[in-house]
Amino acid sequence: MLWSALEILTQANFWAATIRIATPLIFGVLGALLCERAGVLNLGIEGIFVAGAMSGWLAVYLGAPLWGGVAVAALTGAAFGLVHGVLTVPLGLSQHVTGIGVTLLATSAAYFGYRVAFPNVATPPRIEPFPPLDVPVLGDLPFIGPILAQQTALTVFAFACVGILAVVLSRTPLGLAIRAVGDNPEAVEAQGLSVVALRIGAVMAGSALMALGGAFLTLSAFNAFYFGMINGRGWVCIALTVFASWRPGKALLGALLFGALDAYQLRIQTIAGGAVPSQIFLMLPYIFSIAALVLVARRADYPRALMKPYFKGQR
Amino acid sequence: MHPDPRPLVLSLTGITKRFGPLTANDHIDLDVRAGEIVALLGENGAGKTTLMSILFGHYIADEGTVFIAGADGQLAPLPGGSAEVALGAGIGMVHQHFALAENLTGFENIVLGTQSLWSLGLRSGTARAKIERLIADSGLAVDLDVPVARLSVGEQQRIEILKALFRDVRVLILDEPTAVLTPQEADGLFATVRKLAAKGLAVIFISHKLHEVLALCERVVVLRGGAKVADRPSAGADRAMLAELMVGRAIPARERPPSTPGAAVLSLRGVSVGAPGQRDRLEQADLDVRAGEIVGIAGVSGNGQGALAALVAGLAAARAGEARLSGVALTGADPAGRVAAQVGRIPEDRHRDGTIGALSVAENYVLETISAPENQRGGVMRRADIRARAAAAIRAYDVRCPGPDAAIRALSGGNMQKVVLARVLEREPKLVLAHQPTRGLDIGATTDVHRRLIAARGRGAAVLLISEDLDELFALSDRIAVVHAGHLSPAMDAAGLDVRTVGLMMAGHSAGEAA
Repeated sequence: MLWSALEILTQANFWAATIRIATPLIFGVLGALLCERAGVLNLGIEGIFVAGAMSGWLAVYLGAPLWGGVAVAALTGAAFGLVHGVLTVPLGLSQHVTGIGVTLLATSAAYFGYRVAFPNVATPPRIEPFPPLDVPVLGDLPFIGPILAQQTALTVFAFACVGILAVVLSRTPLGLAIRAVGDNPEAVEAQGLSVVALRIGAVMAGSALMALGGAFLTLSAFNAFYFGMINGRGWVCIALTVFASWRPGKALLGALLFGALDAYQLRIQTIAGGAVPSQIFLMLPYIFSIAALVLVARRADYPRALMKPYFKGQR
Repeated sequence: MHPDPRPLVLSLTGITKRFGPLTANDHIDLDVRAGEIVALLGENGAGKTTLMSILFGHYIADEGTVFIAGADGQLAPLPGGSAEVALGAGIGMVHQHFALAENLTGFENIVLGTQSLWSLGLRSGTARAKIERLIADSGLAVDLDVPVARLSVGEQQRIEILKALFRDVRVLILDEPTAVLTPQEADGLFATVRKLAAKGLAVIFISHKLHEVLALCERVVVLRGGAKVADRPSAGADRAMLAELMVGRAIPARERPPSTPGAAVLSLRGVSVGAPGQRDRLEQADLDVRAGEIVGIAGVSGNGQGALAALVAGLAAARAGEARLSGVALTGADPAGRVAAQVGRIPEDRHRDGTIGALSVAENYVLETISAPENQRGGVMRRADIRARAAAAIRAYDVRCPGPDAAIRALSGGNMQKVVLARVLEREPKLVLAHQPTRGLDIGATTDVHRRLIAARGRGAAVLLISEDLDELFALSDRIAVVHAGHLSPAMDAAGLDVRTVGLMMAGHSAGEAA
């Protein structure tokens, strides 16, 4: 039995599932860390996932191309980001309370939109999702090939976003300004930049990324929109952001680690048979999240201005 | 007198700013010429910060105009309300609390906001060349490539000045720049400022340290109650005269009667506080504070005085060594035990540690002794008694407030400190810990605090005074010890000590080298 537990790690199928489970989390963690780097905690993430999943899927169902659906999801996320940003940045409301409110609002709006579009449907209609990748050369390799063959273009896009965000944050004037505004908004103000514009912009872009995480679920993984399908993925991303120390590279690592644990527990359930209740295994990734937080959070280097509203002229 | 041949770079005319019923700036006129170093002097609340905030675009003036010389040398009105516009017009400001992003390097802080946010990469080559030229010209040497959080306060200030110079400012505002520096660092800063002024930079130097103003500036502008009350060359002015202009009345000379110290009240032998890696820690300190004397601790903040204060206040325990209070060993961190052992504590940050803002003046007054029989009976506060005693303290300490029931956060810093003083000193403690007791207070309130500490000493209390203000230390202390990087020097007789020696010791030189 120990052998079969280890053998899972050698299966291409396991690694393919790991990446598939990690993809929405990659989008979500990138989005959350972008918001937090600018000094805004965005607990709207869970609801923005739902809204992105629903809006992207609905757009495709209504005839938009798949990438059109992705764009609609991103815009939906950005719109909720604008709500969160306006309430928390210029108005300076509590970021916790506003974020929870945005989650409730976005979730309800998505469910409402779904019910309006499909009043009398028991099973949601399916769409034609992103097709699996067909990569020349790499796709023919053993082990790697089967893993790639189970992924879609959205996953590639998620990985690309990691690199893009890392470069933007570390190498560009914009990234400099975003990191600065999350550490000391006065420094940004004193250099003639707008704290409000930077923060709202970062929250909108971050929320768009979060919504892509939702869209991946409906456009690439499940092909349909269900109630409760987000199932806490947003909250996991908030924890993974701390684990990642607000760095895109580590965000990718954290998402993959979580994905691997989730994929692993699914497989080990079948090996363990009925000996251990399946709920124990279901808990494993979350127990890992909490354990990782306990280990990492003690020396977590939170952006200094995180959750601190800034009002011009008040020192 | 000949007219000044240097061109005007900045001219404020009739600047007025009101906040509700308060007039923070009342028709202030101010001209500044290229290459001039002008001091802006005034107490807290005199309107210095408001005036500079208007200049730098944080506030918009209700009346009046700021004129700034353009590239052609012609004065033109500066639109208010935007730091970006002020920067673009050549006005740079170094705030007292640095406006630095500590997670960025010095280089990144300097170029922040100077390149289009939509450009794809940082153009660092030309920027770096320019910064290095500025460093060579000004002597502001500093490591540009480590996160600002790892730089010392003096180095962070250099980054701040470089930030302004990088933008080719023609007017540089320095807001209390020496508050955080050792005397030697301050001298270095003055040399830099003189160099920059010689190249044509106009400098506005905000300070309340009169000797610095007289040493550095050629002209002094004094604000009081929002209005300009003096604008004169610093030649021919002296400290007493400037102080009187600031306060509006003569400042009585401090009287410090001689006193014969008694037995040691606080006695430290080889005491270490704080983990070895911690910055603000104390290593094997020896110190005696005797009844009837004031012992001053000099040092740049964060060098161990915080650990010393925490030990005395009961917020930290000694890691090694022996600390005794009137012969009784101080074991463990026990704030209530210290209060019971008659330690009076005036904390460094009266807002954070000294008072509870939401509670009333009366409640704050009895905060440390709330379980004493005179304050409670059967667990219920004796409100009438407490209010009566608080009202008496308000009169005795001249606290300006609506009454004992006013929330203490509504009080000014000086009045809040008077409540803390009343709470501490009315109990006639054997040991008074005064940690930065006058920080942020105006001259009037400062004088009052000093008088009270000297009175406590006269009564036979041992006073441990921790301060970054060397003037204050020399004015009050019988003996002075210097703390640097966790090491506390032996306490030296203040009478035979000079400021420069203490300054060198604050920078880490031993007493022998410094003398």
